[in-house]
Amino acid sequence: MINLAQTYFIEVMTIILYCLLIFVPLLLGVVMALYADRKIWAAVQKRRGPNVVGPYGLFQVPADGLKFIFKEIILPDGSDKTVFLIAPIITLALSIAAWAVVPVQAGVVLANINVGILYIFAISSLGVYGILMAGWSSNSKYPFFGALRSAAQMVSYEVSIGFVIITVLLCVGSLNLTEIVMAQKTIWFFIPLFPMFIVFFISALAETNRPPFDLPEAESELVAGYQTEYSGMPFVLFMFGEYINILLMCAMTTILFLGGWLPPIDIYPLNAVPGFVWFLLKVTFVFYLFAMVKAFVPRYRYDQLMRLGWKVFLPLSLFAVVVTSSILFFFNLAPGM
Amino acid sequence: MTAQLLTFYLFSGVILISSLMVISTKNPVHSVLFLILSFLNAAGLFVILHAEFLAMILIIVYVGAVAVLFLFVVMMLDFKTSINKDNILQYIPIGILIGVVFIAELIIVLINTKFDLSNIQVLPNPLSDFTGKSNTEAIGSVLYTDYILYFQLSGVILLVAMIGSIVLTLREREGVKRQVVSEQLQRQGKINLVDVKSGKGVDI
Repeated sequence: MINLAQTYFIEVMTIILYCLLIFVPLLLGVVMALYADRKIWAAVQKRRGPNVVGPYGLFQVPADGLKFIFKEIILPDGSDKTVFLIAPIITLALSIAAWAVVPVQAGVVLANINVGILYIFAISSLGVYGILMAGWSSNSKYPFFGALRSAAQMVSYEVSIGFVIITVLLCVGSLNLTEIVMAQKTIWFFIPLFPMFIVFFISALAETNRPPFDLPEAESELVAGYQTEYSGMPFVLFMFGEYINILLMCAMTTILFLGGWLPPIDIYPLNAVPGFVWFLLKVTFVFYLFAMVKAFVPRYRYDQLMRLGWKVFLPLSLFAVVVTSSILFFFNLAPGM
Repeated sequence: MTAQLLTFYLFSGVILISSLMVISTKNPVHSVLFLILSFLNAAGLFVILHAEFLAMILIIVYVGAVAVLFLFVVMMLDFKTSINKDNILQYIPIGILIGVVFIAELIIVLINTKFDLSNIQVLPNPLSDFTGKSNTEAIGSVLYTDYILYFQLSGVILLVAMIGSIVLTLREREGVKRQVVSEQLQRQGKINLVDVKSGKGVDI
């Protein structure tokens, strides 16, 4: 036992250090994303957005966070208290866990596993449990409806996301995220697979419950959906989990279609910039698109959402898988052939 | 090796405990949640066996899709009527029967294959023939060549099940107005699209 501790102590400590190296910038990123979200939204609507707390209102989000921490945690009477408290923890933990395999630069990744993309897909498909558990355990109407809507929505759009990922994988020949990025050295995949890029982007909006697909928390119908009964710290956990998921989807779009950390053109001043800067720039750009969509697209009706997922995206992405694999096969472009 | 052993005991211990909880908790939703926990830990066991592809597929298919629908249905049940303890005893005979069948099958397999316990080795990599290939590649290269018939057959079976469930639930209702997007887009005259200049508004 002592031997074991000696052998693995340093290893475990390094892993914990790496985890912190992911976690702290991620939290910072969430704070900045929340701020950017509100600022962009305000700019589109000709408002000023947060501008009072700190320079340019930069401390607004930390101030809000502090406020939530000091608020009382209210456990509704008649709720299933254990499940009620576990739900936000699961949401946050899963959204952070997915970041373990995201490469921000060549070789800079906590776990460079062979099935990286499947791992992310699996973890994001687990995210629905946090919402379902929250909705059920609240023992209240609005959270329950919100959870049901959310579960149906996330499961539906996961299908088309899966097929889009398959089209990308056909062009790469590997499930490893680093190799997916390296395969885009000649051309970023959003050019040959442009329709799939659009499908993935819209499905990512639906998967993260972002507007125009934020029906699970449609305030005009369901108060705040599955979060209705949450207050204080558990609510913050949900909020952070949601935003980390959004950032993850931005990173996934970057890795799958926008060439990850690769510079736009491989020439001197551009390729001298460290890879993670390009990665951050691209993630920021995709997040800007997310925020713009939130600002000017009206909310979908639920039957329209389901129609889009099952009757438009599913056939389209299925067709794209067939077409992509046929082209790769007949023109001998498939990797490993 | 010891760390691997420890993780093995951790995963399998949690599987055993959560499986017990599945059948012993009173609340059906808790049962499903414990079932999901045991699925997750089974995926962990696959990872220890270096079968990471199977582990991820187990999570995606069973936990991410099947168990969600399971939970979906169970959540909507009204389980507030308390479960009578006497009723539980009536399932014991059938439980024993299933257990006996399982043990009998195991014994038959052991006898027929002349399983020599001394020859059992722990396989570090179950697909050791495919050296240099990743797990996913190895499964794919076998599944789409040697086992293509079984693969296609299972696909057809799933398709039949899917069509069957659609046929069972599909019903035409009278007087339901449906949205036809193409008709809406083709409609002229009543709706005009106006290019609005930013900040100036538009006269209607």
